[in-house]
Amino acid sequence: MYKGGSHSEPCCVKGVTVSKALSCQGSECSPAAAEGTGAVSWPLGSASCRSGPRVLWAPGSWLCCPVQVPGPSGRCGLSPQSWGSNMLDVCFRAVTHLVLFYENRLKDHHLVIPAVLQGLHALSMCEVLAPGLAVSVLKAIFQEVHVQSLPQLDRHTVYSIITNVMRTREEELKGLGADFTFGFIQVMDGEKDPRNLLVAFQIVRDLILEGYVLGPFVEELFEVTSCYFPIDFTPPPNDPHCIQREDLIVSLRAVLASTPQFAEFLLPLLIEKMDSEMQSAKLDSLQTLSACCTIYGQKELQEFLPSLWSSLRREVFQTASERVEAEALAALHGLAACLSRSVLSSDTEDLLDSFLSGVLQDCRHHLCEPDMKLVWPSAKLLQAAAGASFRAGHRITSSVVPLLLEQYNQHLQSSQRRTILEMLLGFLELQQKWGHEDEEESALLCSQAPLCSVLFSALTDPSVQLQLVGIRALTVLGTLPGWCLPGGRGEAGAGSSGGLSGYGPVSVPCREEGRRSTHSLRARCLQALAAVSTHPGIVQETVPVLLQCLRQVPKAGACDVVAVCQSLQRVAVQCQRDAESCWYYHQTVVPCLLAVAVQAAMQENAHSPVGKLLLEEEVLTAMVPVVSAASAHLCPELAAQSVSQVVPLFLDGEVSFLPQDSFPCPFQPFQVSGGRLVALLMAFVCSLPRNVPIPQQDRLLQELLALSCSCDCPFTATAAAKCFAGLVNKYPPGQQLDQLLETAVNRMEAGLAEGPLRTQALALLLWVTKALVLRYHPLSSRLTDKLLGLLGDPELGPAVADGFSLLMADSPDVLHKGCHADVRIMFRQRFFTDNVPKLVQGFHAAGPGVKANYLKGLSHVLNHLPRPVLVTELPTLLSLLLEALSCPDRVVQLSTLSCLQPLLLEAPHVMSLHVDTLVTKFLGLTSSPAMVRAPPAPFPAPLPPLLPYKPRVIRALAKPLDDMKRLVRKEAVVARGEWFLLGSPGR
Amino acid sequence: MVGPAPGGGSPLENANPLIYRRSGERPVTAREEDDELPDSIDDREIFDLIRSINDPEHPLTLEELNVVEQVRVKVNDAESTVVVEFTPTIPHCSMATLIGLSIKVKLIRSLPERFKVDVHITPGTHASEHAVNKQLADKERVAAALENSHLLEVVNQCLSARS
Repeated sequence: MYKGGSHSEPCCVKGVTVSKALSCQGSECSPAAAEGTGAVSWPLGSASCRSGPRVLWAPGSWLCCPVQVPGPSGRCGLSPQSWGSNMLDVCFRAVTHLVLFYENRLKDHHLVIPAVLQGLHALSMCEVLAPGLAVSVLKAIFQEVHVQSLPQLDRHTVYSIITNVMRTREEELKGLGADFTFGFIQVMDGEKDPRNLLVAFQIVRDLILEGYVLGPFVEELFEVTSCYFPIDFTPPPNDPHCIQREDLIVSLRAVLASTPQFAEFLLPLLIEKMDSEMQSAKLDSLQTLSACCTIYGQKELQEFLPSLWSSLRREVFQTASERVEAEALAALHGLAACLSRSVLSSDTEDLLDSFLSGVLQDCRHHLCEPDMKLVWPSAKLLQAAAGASFRAGHRITSSVVPLLLEQYNQHLQSSQRRTILEMLLGFLELQQKWGHEDEEESALLCSQAPLCSVLFSALTDPSVQLQLVGIRALTVLGTLPGWCLPGGRGEAGAGSSGGLSGYGPVSVPCREEGRRSTHSLRARCLQALAAVSTHPGIVQETVPVLLQCLRQVPKAGACDVVAVCQSLQRVAVQCQRDAESCWYYHQTVVPCLLAVAVQAAMQENAHSPVGKLLLEEEVLTAMVPVVSAASAHLCPELAAQSVSQVVPLFLDGEVSFLPQDSFPCPFQPFQVSGGRLVALLMAFVCSLPRNVPIPQQDRLLQELLALSCSCDCPFTATAAAKCFAGLVNKYPPGQQLDQLLETAVNRMEAGLAEGPLRTQALALLLWVTKALVLRYHPLSSRLTDKLLGLLGDPELGPAVADGFSLLMADSPDVLHKGCHADVRIMFRQRFFTDNVPKLVQGFHAAGPGVKANYLKGLSHVLNHLPRPVLVTELPTLLSLLLEALSCPDRVVQLSTLSCLQPLLLEAPHVMSLHVDTLVTKFLGLTSSPAMVRAPPAPFPAPLPPLLPYKPRVIRALAKPLDDMKRLVRKEAVVARGEWFLLGSPGR
Repeated sequence: MVGPAPGGGSPLENANPLIYRRSGERPVTAREEDDELPDSIDDREIFDLIRSINDPEHPLTLEELNVVEQVRVKVNDAESTVVVEFTPTIPHCSMATLIGLSIKVKLIRSLPERFKVDVHITPGTHASEHAVNKQLADKERVAAALENSHLLEVVNQCLSARS
């Protein structure tokens, strides 16, 4: 009946806000209300509402009592303050009348009720509701309406009314006392619709958290919500509301875990559900228990601890699923944490202590059983409990660690020993978590000696697996504070260096296979040495060992030297925090490295294999980060002292500060043999803080410039160019810098013009350009223009194109933030805006042979641009990128594909315009080798534009299915499978 | 060609199946990354294609239910033949034909055309083994089954990647 009337415009109750999704669903809802304006406040202001009084219709043709409502509001230009008191009064009275009218209508025929509720809902948002009215509305609803017999939408309206009133009239509602709670319980009792449940759960949660009086109704409130636990709900297919099971679970959990008052009812329920067979019920109960533990205290838990523990223990011991096990462990962790938090009064029993005693009693004997069947579950339980707090950790570790040590000595097989050691490692790692709290009380201290001897026996065991676990444990021990007591440190250091010296000589005679394993063991030893070097005292022990390894080069191969350098670098990074050990490290390591390298450079003339090894690019490249890390964090005075020794070494061959005193001949750094060591010079001077003055800097720069342009060894020339660029980047601006750059540019231009050293000149140009681009120097645009011009050079073009990636990427050794270079943020964006138009222009003007160079340069620039910038800029470059897809160069193809990929994911509407070209080009690529890494998977563009291509793509993808490479076949299978599913039923 | 569709509200035939461990991703070897050397199609590769097919009634894969095993996959790359045996979880499983059809469709979609694909039930593990094998071996009946949009939907669901 009222539906007929609802089509007329005046029927729209202005200010009604109905959630769109819900209102569109319920057929009872009037379409006019569903079109709802979305405005929230009442009275609602708009131009039309000022133009004349609004007529509010109660829906239903026989109910048309027009009511006059004035419609003023701040939005109409009239601020509330400017209303006369008369006006406000009128407003109050009108609303009061309306409310009374609606309240009376609640007693009317049941057909009217839905419309009345709509009206009350609108009024509940009204700001000028007189005091007391809201409460009387709720009372009327509680009394007159049997909510659960209404349709879903109207029940939702009731919940919305309650939510609104709770939001705005909290004080008045609290005045109602427990009656309100009781009323709500009656309203909610028996609710079944998930949409309504979400709102109702929210209301219950607010009731509890906002401190409404629950009175005698705690149990009722619990009953009315807990009857849904555990949630069993499968969303219907094509559900427009998108309510997932997970949503309901989370909101119900928030209710159940909101107050300790529920504890006495909730905990038995949880235990019962944990004991059920349903896995989802188990998971939900365990997660709810974890949530409860954050608010409960001892009092709530005390009674249920034994049954909780037996349920949790059963889940871990007999579990079929890893998720249940993980949740059970998390719940145990939560329980122990909760017990640890509680404040004890003097006469109560310490529940944590008795709880942990129970845990220990049930788990300890499993650790000792000879068949070791339940050791891992027991260890996991113990570790979960021990991780909860310092106290729990202390209690459990002090009992379990001695036991494990004893077990280790009883078992003789190395596989069993390994299991025990792995468990021990778990406890040591937990100790790390609490170690800082109180060093004196650490539970490990009393078993320090046996622990060290166990680790030592593990390190000297013939089983590699056991050794590896031993080294990991040693690494963890090294990070424990209070563990660097003289005895402990000595033994630990002796242990790992013992392992190292024990295995060093063995490696030589071993067969190929054996050598591989001892090599990995050596690498592990080196890593362990680096990892334990966390305190200045230990650093002074370990660094000499590492340097000793470095000097024993004849025995080792290049990869061993590299491994030593990696460990040294790790130590350097750990030293950076502490000024004292940083200086010690710098003083010890840098001269030693330089001495070893200088000596090698001198012996190279004598054709000794050692010299060759140390001068290999791989080895020098590994030394660079060591020197760099050792120098970057020096304080300026000490750095100045050091730089005054190193620079003369390279300029004048001043070797006196090096630890070795016998050098066969004078060192000539900028000559052929010594040139490679410029890499070490670069690592040192380019990492110094900007305020450290470099002696004879101009002379040094000239030498570097000359070396970089004249040396025919590419490694040396590049190192010199990098060193030059690193210094130029930090050079203070002014006339001197301009002069210096002028000289450099002249030399580069001469070098680039012709001759055998064009590549070297190009490297110099690239590095200097990078140095200037980073600091926004005005000359940088001239140099980039030069590079853009060289892209058209048939000989150098490809190298220049690759150089663009060097300009945009972070270089690992120089010109980055870590070595104090002058790097402006956004330099990439700036480079992009300045140079990409020129690149595009150059591409169009270039001859066919060199077009690819421009595309390659462009794709390097794009690849290093931050993704958000890229997605906004790319559409303009799209046609060029599509062109690049058919470029035969693999690098261009790959980088273009990686540019297009985010665009396909984030801007499918742009890409769908080009779908024809894209599909054609992608299919062309399927026969290219580049496809290995980026095959044409269907992209999430709107479906219809892709459908016409389906048969063609499926046919074309049949060919790579028979590719000779397995990786290609794998990607082709995935792509073809996706295309088969595209637009098919069952997707 | 297949019995009642799943999800029709009837109770599951085997509500509590035994679940097996999944094998991990196949590690990529250095040889596979070398673009020059050919990799032949081997048993593991075929097994990788079918092990992730979803079971029509359980939220589990065929591998987890031990319906397919690597030892029951035989491939001969040179002769272009593939033989796959699958084991229904219970001898009366009405889904056997559907599972076989899914395996067959997956292999047809994923293998080069030169391969002859033979999918059949592990001997002695199903009550109507012979009838099912005959159905699966009949090209016409397989093609006709895929014309049926309802059946195609079920097969596609089995083949969709689990999100």
